[in-house]
Amino acid sequence: MNTVARSERWSGYALLTVMAIVVVIPFLSVFLASLQPAGTPVVGLTWPERWSWDNYETAWSVAGFSDLIRHSLVIAVGVVPACLVLSALAGYALGTMNLPGGNAVAAFFIAGLTIPVELIVVPLYFDLRSLGLTNSYLGVILVEIALFMPFSVFWMRTHFQSTPTSLVEAARIDGASSATILVRILLPLARPSLMTLGLLVFMWSWNQFLLVLVLIQDTTKHTAPAGLGFFVGQNSTDIPTLAAGTIIVMLPILILFVVFQRSFIAGLLQGAMKG
Amino acid sequence: MGSRPPVRGREARSRQARGRSRWRGYVYVLPAFAVYFAFAVLPALHTAYLSLFEWDGVTLGDWVGLGNYAEIFQDPILRRSVFNALVLVVFFSFVPIVIGLVSTGLLARYRRPGMGAYRFLFMLPQVVPLVAVGVTWRWLYGDDGVVNQVFRAVGLDGVTRAWLGDFGAALIAVGLVGTWVLSGLCMMLFLSGVQKVDPSLYEAARIDGAGPVREFVSVTLPQLRGELAVAMTVTTVAALASFDIVYVTTNGGPGEQTTVPGLLVYRLAFSEGKVGLAAALAVVLSILILAIVYLINRLSRDRT
Repeated sequence: MNTVARSERWSGYALLTVMAIVVVIPFLSVFLASLQPAGTPVVGLTWPERWSWDNYETAWSVAGFSDLIRHSLVIAVGVVPACLVLSALAGYALGTMNLPGGNAVAAFFIAGLTIPVELIVVPLYFDLRSLGLTNSYLGVILVEIALFMPFSVFWMRTHFQSTPTSLVEAARIDGASSATILVRILLPLARPSLMTLGLLVFMWSWNQFLLVLVLIQDTTKHTAPAGLGFFVGQNSTDIPTLAAGTIIVMLPILILFVVFQRSFIAGLLQGAMKG
Repeated sequence: MGSRPPVRGREARSRQARGRSRWRGYVYVLPAFAVYFAFAVLPALHTAYLSLFEWDGVTLGDWVGLGNYAEIFQDPILRRSVFNALVLVVFFSFVPIVIGLVSTGLLARYRRPGMGAYRFLFMLPQVVPLVAVGVTWRWLYGDDGVVNQVFRAVGLDGVTRAWLGDFGAALIAVGLVGTWVLSGLCMMLFLSGVQKVDPSLYEAARIDGAGPVREFVSVTLPQLRGELAVAMTVTTVAALASFDIVYVTTNGGPGEQTTVPGLLVYRLAFSEGKVGLAAALAVVLSILILAIVYLINRLSRDRT
């Protein structure tokens, strides 16, 4: 019995390790390629003879990845706080106030959860162009907020529904206004939920591709993924620089993932379950 | 005694006030609703409207009714794209779910220390931009990439090729990228679902002498119904609405072997000046997604 359990335990680890290797190899391959001397042909997984970080410098300054990163940050900085504020307000009302028709409104938000970008991107280009909002970060920011609103409202509504009603009732009896209840009592308690939501929204904003490709046709204004997608079409043979650029585009989200992995994983799994 | 009427009066007034303030709560909903409506709902409706026209994006459009929809079902390339998307469902959805279930079955019986590190690695493909994933795999699948390197190392030089340029292999190669991205998510969903299972169920099964397979089928699987529905929904949507990975790895090629609807919506509207047709394809794609999501949730709920 014991030996069976032990062998099962080790076979479990063996399985996990094999899968982990499959996950890691692509990342490792890109990382090693990014350290090869620029302009050399690179074969698969090869340990660089000498580690050269020059490719990162090339990608960062010559290939313009520093601009791409900056543009992506501008958009994320616009999207994340707005998403948090709007969804906290809406989630608060839809989660605690028992609004007439509130469930229908919530359902209307939830219906947007499966909207693919493809469904809205074509008219958006023409509509925003007539408003002068193409090739503009504001246009992308507004659309991303709208795209992430169904999940965000749903997430915050679920959070506020789970806070004990006695808290709100007690404050209401003390004569606190609905705004005071939200700001003084509920928001401080909502900090973990808001943080997880903020991380998810940042990630979705950072990774957004099709929308940016359409709304920002001016390649000098591209975001990190759009710029990388464009770069690979232009310079697909310069593997070391391309690899360095790929790492640079992944790095901000990787750092966040390392630092906040608990929030991230919980958010991704719960977010999927709730949606 | 005399204090009663005022109290009732106050109650009535406060009930009235609450009636009004119940509507007043919508002030909080309004900003979120306005942005969502203006930049997501209206464009979606506008797409449906555009799908009824033949329009090049510049001159005046011509009303063609459902003509664009008819073209989707007749045009071989458009039909091909829908077919390709359904093939991708196998690799984005079916295979990751099978991998997730099998590994969950093998891992669920014991708690293992060190799971945190594995969890981190398995979720990694979920957080990085799909464009970066696509660029990475483009290089792995290349002539000098890791995939061919592995085949050469085991003596199968004959099968090496530029996988993404190969007529027979390209779609499968793209599909396997999806498998790589989504398997970890499915596995983590199922493993976290298993942790909610009452351990006494496993003990009971073990006392009854159930082996791993039996235990999995009669204890684990029924408890994972919710997680299964979620995994199917998320991965199927990822397959049908796929764009980033395909655009970066093959851009639909070779020929139209890996063309997917998302790619065609983009190409038709912004390179070929067929805005109405692109809109119709987007509508068909969305209806397909909605139907499948509805079906999955319906089925998973029915069995409960």
